[in-house]
Amino acid sequence: MANVAVCVLGSFGYDRAAQGVAGAGRALAESVGGELHVLVVGPAEDGAVAALSAAADRVLIGGNEELRDVQPEQALQAAEQLHAAGGGDYVAVLLSNDTYSQEIAPRLAYRLGGSSMADAAAIRMDGDHLLAQRTAYGGKAISIYRLKKQPSVVWLRARGFEPAPEQASAGEVTSIDLALDAPRIRITGREVAEQEGVRLEDAQIIVSGGRGLGGPEPFQELRRLANTIGAEQGASRAACDAGWVPPNWQVGQTGKKVAPELYIAIAISGASQHLLGMGDSKVVAAINTDADAPIFKHCSFGIVEDYKQVVPLLTEKLQAMAG
Amino acid sequence: MRVLVCLKQILDPDVPARDFEIDPAAKAAKRGGANLVTNIFCENAIETALQFREAAADAKITALCYGESTAEDCLRKAMAMTVDEACLVQRDGNTNPDAAAVGRVLAAAIQRLEQDGGPFDAVLVGRESGDWGTGQTGGALAEELGRPVLGFVESLAPGNGSVTLRRQTDVGIEVAEAEPPFVVTITNNEDNVPRIPKTRDVMMSYRKPLQKLSLADLGLDSDEIRSGSSNFEVEEIFVPTDEVECELAEGDTLDERVDQLARKIHEVVASIG
Repeated sequence: MANVAVCVLGSFGYDRAAQGVAGAGRALAESVGGELHVLVVGPAEDGAVAALSAAADRVLIGGNEELRDVQPEQALQAAEQLHAAGGGDYVAVLLSNDTYSQEIAPRLAYRLGGSSMADAAAIRMDGDHLLAQRTAYGGKAISIYRLKKQPSVVWLRARGFEPAPEQASAGEVTSIDLALDAPRIRITGREVAEQEGVRLEDAQIIVSGGRGLGGPEPFQELRRLANTIGAEQGASRAACDAGWVPPNWQVGQTGKKVAPELYIAIAISGASQHLLGMGDSKVVAAINTDADAPIFKHCSFGIVEDYKQVVPLLTEKLQAMAG
Repeated sequence: MRVLVCLKQILDPDVPARDFEIDPAAKAAKRGGANLVTNIFCENAIETALQFREAAADAKITALCYGESTAEDCLRKAMAMTVDEACLVQRDGNTNPDAAAVGRVLAAAIQRLEQDGGPFDAVLVGRESGDWGTGQTGGALAEELGRPVLGFVESLAPGNGSVTLRRQTDVGIEVAEAEPPFVVTITNNEDNVPRIPKTRDVMMSYRKPLQKLSLADLGLDSDEIRSGSSNFEVEEIFVPTDEVECELAEGDTLDERVDQLARKIHEVVASIG
């Protein structure tokens, strides 16, 4: 029998990313006629466990207290042990796209004798092999990889996948006691960036600014627009690299991969590495002076105009419409 | 302290999309008029290592590359940036080996260099490459070496018997203590922008040692390594054509055009509720 495992971090709960990974796992499990198991690294809240068990056939929790604040070395060890506890006969182990999961994937694949792949936007089985689709060359190409060894350990562009459906009966929940070594690289401090509102990855609406803004001040004008429509603020790499806004605002290949209902790109030309970060947005709107900017080939509607002329007026009109 | 930086030579990722073409037989990008360059995160890694050496005083830096003979340019440039010495493992066979194959080759080369010159306290690799960008090599290499690894690191600082790492995560900065030997993958920040080599250092780089090794020298002269595809291979690659028709706001006055835009945005926002 071939099953599918998804591996999530307990402290993150059953967030949109975990829902997407579980959804991808369920679809893959159905395609091979197997079960979906969830491997939970670290303690999780009761509500999250209930939601996971409603989505899965089995839930294995490694709830060791030392995993609450994630130590990457121990999280890897936990994933390896939970994999074995679940029976180990998995065709695939799927992970989310948070920092920790990204670094676990290639190492877990190595330890399990499998193949690894990153940032998959679509997956399916082809015989014994998993095919994973992702972007290459900074978003200029789409590539499909054939993973030759089982299990295929893949971290997914999690929020791009539909959430897992609830099952008729909840899956069995088992607690596993893990034996963890002291980490050789130990996280000793966290400077959590000030998070106003929701995480960019979970935002429904995002207003992003780019190089064309020319400095940090215009982001204040964009903030008024964002506040009017309940949006979070993002930025292109150019704006972050220039120090106009914090690095954790960056949307793109090496920044956040976002999936809002509405993405408003202001003074962003649409370099392929930026498109890669906003590619899962449902509706994209663009404001740019250059009618030939690539962003206009990737948006539903837009306006060719200087943002300085548009944004204050737009904010005013949207305020009026909101009543 | 000994520090090793792994480099990858890639097609210049800044080639505009309109000049980008796929070679269907090779299942990779056509070279076209593009330059070969050092992957940017690898250059950030060199800069990070140089800054660590400035703080640690006695550190020595080695650059290592698994690539074609053209990759000698990357290693010369690294030495012009004042890296102390370099080693090229000549690639043979598949020009796009998978991360597992690259990890094995780099690990074997590192162990060979350590036999001759003593252990490397820190091994630095770029977080991902600007061509395939799967970001798997650091993890594969660390496992081959049996050493711990931390990803997305932006700086290393000498500590008391250990090295203090700062790294970027989804939720902010993390600080970590690492006991050598260890591996890190390097990301960019405003402080590790690669320096421009000085003319004098460019001249000097030709006097620095550049060792060349073959797969046979490393005992890796096997079909598995040469094929470079035991873990994964590219099944298909294409340039996406999912461009959408953009509806541009029209109207005689700015006010009319912005009004149209506002209505469309309002419609989407209202549907989210």
